[in-house]
Amino acid sequence: MVSKKDFVKFDKVDKSYDGKILVVKDLKLDIAEGEFITMLGPSGSGKTTCLMMLAGFETPTNGEIYLDGNAISSIPPHKRGIGMVFQNYALFPHMTVYENLAFPLRVRKIPKDEADKKIDKALSMVSLQGFAARMPGQLSGGQQQRVAVARSLVFDPQLVLMDEPLGALDKNLRESMQYEIKHIHESIGVTVVYVTHDQSEALTMSNRIAVFNDGKVQQLSSPDELYEKPVNSFVAEFIGENNTFAGEVSDISDGRCKVKLANAEILANPISVKGKGEKTTVSLRPERALINPSDKMDNIHKGKIEEVIYHGDHTRVRINLLGNPEFILKIPNSSSNLDIKLGNEIKIGWNSDDARALDPK
Amino acid sequence: MSPENKQILTTDGVPLEVSLKKAEKKNKIKAFLLVAPLLLFIIITYVFPIGDMLMRSVNDKMVTEMLPKTYKSMETWDGEELPPEEVFEAFYFDFQKLIEEEREGKLSTQLNYTKNGFKSIIKKLRRKSKSFEEGNYKEQIMAVHKRWADVEYWRAIKRRAPAYTYQKYLKGMDMYENEKGEIVNVAEDRRVHRILWLRTLEIAFFVTVFCFLMAYPIAHLLATLPMKYSNLLMICVLLPFWTSLLVRTASWMILLQQQGIVNDFFVMIGLVSDDNRIEMMFNKTGSYVAMTQILLPFMVLPLYSVMKTISPSLMRAGKSLGGTPFIAFWKVYFPLTIPGIGAGCLLVFILAIGYYITPALVGGASGTLISNQIAFHMKSTLDWSFASAMGLMLLSGVLVIYWLYNKLVGIDNIKLG
Repeated sequence: MVSKKDFVKFDKVDKSYDGKILVVKDLKLDIAEGEFITMLGPSGSGKTTCLMMLAGFETPTNGEIYLDGNAISSIPPHKRGIGMVFQNYALFPHMTVYENLAFPLRVRKIPKDEADKKIDKALSMVSLQGFAARMPGQLSGGQQQRVAVARSLVFDPQLVLMDEPLGALDKNLRESMQYEIKHIHESIGVTVVYVTHDQSEALTMSNRIAVFNDGKVQQLSSPDELYEKPVNSFVAEFIGENNTFAGEVSDISDGRCKVKLANAEILANPISVKGKGEKTTVSLRPERALINPSDKMDNIHKGKIEEVIYHGDHTRVRINLLGNPEFILKIPNSSSNLDIKLGNEIKIGWNSDDARALDPK
Repeated sequence: MSPENKQILTTDGVPLEVSLKKAEKKNKIKAFLLVAPLLLFIIITYVFPIGDMLMRSVNDKMVTEMLPKTYKSMETWDGEELPPEEVFEAFYFDFQKLIEEEREGKLSTQLNYTKNGFKSIIKKLRRKSKSFEEGNYKEQIMAVHKRWADVEYWRAIKRRAPAYTYQKYLKGMDMYENEKGEIVNVAEDRRVHRILWLRTLEIAFFVTVFCFLMAYPIAHLLATLPMKYSNLLMICVLLPFWTSLLVRTASWMILLQQQGIVNDFFVMIGLVSDDNRIEMMFNKTGSYVAMTQILLPFMVLPLYSVMKTISPSLMRAGKSLGGTPFIAFWKVYFPLTIPGIGAGCLLVFILAIGYYITPALVGGASGTLISNQIAFHMKSTLDWSFASAMGLMLLSGVLVIYWLYNKLVGIDNIKLG
């Protein structure tokens, strides 16, 4: 089967709750069949609203959503056949695990022996065989989460929506559940739309990530591209750690630009600046800046160590560099010979390719 | 010795249990002192009156104490034929003592409860007994009135001998103990209480049903509306609580009477003709309408408190899994509200079963409840022991309902707030 490129399609979707503020603005988004796509963004960015419109609990104020080529705005939620995992699991507390999983099968009038097979399969998928007779209240948070995932998949939907499903779990459990959900996705090939505000969750699990802010998709790309090549300063700031310099472009040529800071000038990679005199924010990942760099690097500057924080596998060093007192460096634990002490002046260098000149903040 | 049985000691060597008790003693005393005022209050205002009521309802010492000699001499009387001379003599002396103490009127009232016709013959006996001669009292008393020569009346006196009686309870069920000691129904045209009991149950049941039907959607709306609207709605629900019960009942009288606003409106829209206005008051309809309105908050509040805890995502989950809105409601939402339904229904039913003021004012003859009958005996006939007996029957009825509810639904499954 050839997977469709636009299995789910948001076509110019606007959404407003009060007629004054648009919480989703002109959303265009295509989701391919079998894809794991994550909507990532701070709270209030419109990502959950998009998910609710897709599930059918909210209607778009303008525009249309297509599922497998059909417009679905006028189809009520129970006829869309979309599986959904809710933030607080939303397991039916008065039903056993078995009854919870049987609910979507019963309303579809699937015969009991067939339903039992499906339930067994779904429970073994989340390694919860033998839990069928338990009530949800007798399960731990992680187990409830698994039941919720199993329930959303038991009726073989083509699309599953997950609304911050791991938000209530503690860190270790969250990480192991991330892998588990990812593996389930890989093994059954269902299309997943996942909403989260946790960037590491998004980076770990997704094929593609849509970064939401202010009702708009800021960037839609694969996790590595999102991290390595953010297209604007919001994305750069939101995903991972980020050192920034605010300045003005003084020269631009050959895919390089010079950015004039308050008391220095640095070389950068012009991403969203076009000409001289434009204001810009230069973004640089902490791990791309090195201490005592080789002379090949085209940006080498001196800074003073303000703070040293031990993190086990690496050390974080805060440096006052070129007027930015919040410049962060990550130094791997192996480099023991370096002279990292509070108050020392050190040389720091990076390639201009990694310093991305983006829109001003 | 197995390790489980081994006594655990604290670091200082004191047994752990002893040490724990000592440590908690202070807290226990503190806790007791905190509840002590309420406990005392409840004992004085609740336990004690109910105990007193129980005693009063079975107490029949009055006659026993008024005729001590009579009852002593009656011990050997088999009740088949007229009692022997000693009984008449003892009765004469008891009666003379009562005349001295001016208590013979009370005796006649009490004996009249047992058998009609005592009042006049005791009055007559009082007059005539002044001129009695010593000896042969049987002849003299029997000469006063022919009823004194009727063995039925002497049996009636003997029936009042025990100091305790359950006659009042029988009376509450429209039954009595006849001359032969059998429990039989009173004549059909004199049965009032059974109808009242049944009517009380009927009205309480339907008021509960009406309250439930109206409160469920309101409570749902309250639980799902945004805060600023739900607060306003909540005030509307609670508003009746802040108005005097009498005022509310009186307003229903204004609304429901035949020349009242509701009838005027019906006439105006042509639903009924002017000379054919509906009677909505001084009958069951009046009791239904007014009691439903007054008891509605007691249904709304428990339902609301339960619905508030039901996450809206559960309904969404039900729908997203393919359930129609009705199935999602019926299979998911409704079962979760059962604790609230149970609490609300129990509360409303128990309140309705003992309702007094409203049915007294708007119920008329066909809309009054058992509590009105109790009040009637408290205030008008002054038969307090009968009123107590009915009050206790009502109380035990409520306890039975509570017990049934516990059996069927489980009392842990109740949620009041």
